[in-house]
Amino acid sequence: MKKEEANIKAYEQNYTTMVPGSFAKKMRTCVIWQLIRFIIINLKMLVVVSKSH
Amino acid sequence: MARLVVLGGGVSGHTAATFAAKWLGSQHEVVVVTPNSKWNWIPSNIWVGVGQMTKEEVTFDLAPVYAKAGITYKQAKAVSINPEGSESKEKPFVTVEFTSEEQAGQSEEIEYDYIINATGPKLNFGATPGLDAGHTVSVCTADHAVHASEELAKSIEKMKNGERQKFLIGTGHGMCTCQGAAFEYIFNIEHEINKAGVRDMADIKWISNESFLGDFGMGGLHMKVGGYAVSSKIFTESLFTERGVDWLIGAHVSKVEEGRIEYELLDGSTGEEEFDFSMLIPPFAGVGLKAYNKAGEDITDTVFAPNGFMKVDANYAAGSYENWKASDWPKTYQNPTYDNMFACGIAFAPPHPISKPMSSPNGTPINPTPPRTGMPSGIIGKAVAHSICDRILKGENAPLHESSMADMGAACVASAGKGFFDGTAAAMTVYPVVPDFEKYPGTGRDTDYTFGEIGLAGHWIKHILHYLFIWKAKLKAGWTMIPE
Ligand SMILES: Cc1cc2nc3c(=O)[nH]c(=O)nc-3n(C[C@H](O)[C@H](O)[C@H](O)COP(=O)(O)OP(=O)(O)OC[C@H]3O[C@@H](n4cnc5c(N)ncnc54)[C@H](O)[C@@H]3O)c2cc1C
Repeated sequence: MKKEEANIKAYEQNYTTMVPGSFAKKMRTCVIWQLIRFIIINLKMLVVVSKSH
Repeated sequence: MARLVVLGGGVSGHTAATFAAKWLGSQHEVVVVTPNSKWNWIPSNIWVGVGQMTKEEVTFDLAPVYAKAGITYKQAKAVSINPEGSESKEKPFVTVEFTSEEQAGQSEEIEYDYIINATGPKLNFGATPGLDAGHTVSVCTADHAVHASEELAKSIEKMKNGERQKFLIGTGHGMCTCQGAAFEYIFNIEHEINKAGVRDMADIKWISNESFLGDFGMGGLHMKVGGYAVSSKIFTESLFTERGVDWLIGAHVSKVEEGRIEYELLDGSTGEEEFDFSMLIPPFAGVGLKAYNKAGEDITDTVFAPNGFMKVDANYAAGSYENWKASDWPKTYQNPTYDNMFACGIAFAPPHPISKPMSSPNGTPINPTPPRTGMPSGIIGKAVAHSICDRILKGENAPLHESSMADMGAACVASAGKGFFDGTAAAMTVYPVVPDFEKYPGTGRDTDYTFGEIGLAGHWIKHILHYLFIWKAKLKAGWTMIPE
């Protein structure tokens, strides 16, 4: 069994959701990728902030 | 000279008072009445609650900041408002009781030309039997969070000694809001337990009044991801599953005892959960201010809604969910009876919830009440200050500034664990905060401006915001440039 699927139990409430694979999880704390996301998220937030003031 | 009195020096009141003092200058007076001597950046209480920050890092003394801003500061709590004055006083006034050690027991009647009620919530632990008895912890104030962190440390120690621990985190009543804070706390706890190397000794469970996971009191949200508009339910269930956190939703906690709670579910069934460590958010109510007319008669019902929050320009007669409209939400936050009285932040009475109201077959209401998070609270505080300053400086008919939660978006960063390299947070924007199903049929929101993702970048943003907002609240160089 893949590690990321360990918490899924057939026909329990977590059976119908999605779970991230190891690549998706790695990218979450990959510093270079997250630096890029940092810039993008900030820009997206600035747009919403500027629409709201 | 005009006098503006601001009740409450929290996120909304502090924003309103500091901008008003800047715009009005020394010609007019701004008075802040607030019971605590310290300002608290409440969102970071989550990190205090897991021992990752100290109380000192999330609070600072208000007196020097108000002295610098030329604001008159009364460390006191407001108890009543006389919007028409009294038989012996021509002008409207607010009665306050001092809370500082030196002035404890003293009271004062402070006259005003304009008043802002920004008293936030009363943490209504008393609404659930046993929730106020110390069986559970809280992170709603910095002191509560310090205590929570001490209790968490004891649980971690027990797990290190081979004793299994059950953690129960969520909402402590069917009518709670602030699920976001509980969400942050449960994942920060999970992160710390993982770091301590005892994750396999912990059973972690979420309990909340949401009808679906990811409702967060705002009817959930759809985020644009990979070309799909994806419900927050999918993302939230995904995170819970990934981190091995069990969940129980649609739950009204009806009783809390030592190590045990009783609950009722939306389907009418009842049950109980045991716990070794529990943090349950209390329901919020207004702080219980009274109001009296000139003759001294009680007019609290005229000024305040039954939940204790102040009535403003909202449509309180919208009726059932099917009739709700985005336009029910207030725009100017002016009291409909007294036009020199405003409310902002959590203190204003919302027209109705955002999430669809639900109740169990036994008639127990179980649905989140509407959140008013930091960004809307700050924006509304500033808009109200702007309106009042215009009326003082340009004349009493100056148009009021508008700032409806149905027209504004919010940026929100929910921590899922602290750490410069291994921390994560869900960074989200939502536009508008209150869904507008006439403008955006379907999801109620503009999915071009509603997005979310979890990662280290979100954590960095959350950590930077901690410093940025404390900088702003201390009125340090460039504070006005930092958006609310
Ligand atoms: C644990 C936690 C985490 C949170 N995290 C986030 C987050 O990450 N992002 C976010 O956007 N929001 C977050 N929030 C919500 C945010 O804290 C609130 O939206 C915000 O504080 C509301 O501002 P306010 O000014 O209305 O109320 P408050 O900030 O609570 O301020 C109210 C003030 O009024 C004072 N007061 C009370 N009674 C009286 C009285 N009788 N007279 C005078 N003054 C009085 C209080 O002492 C207080 O200073 C969180 C909340 C909690 C509890």
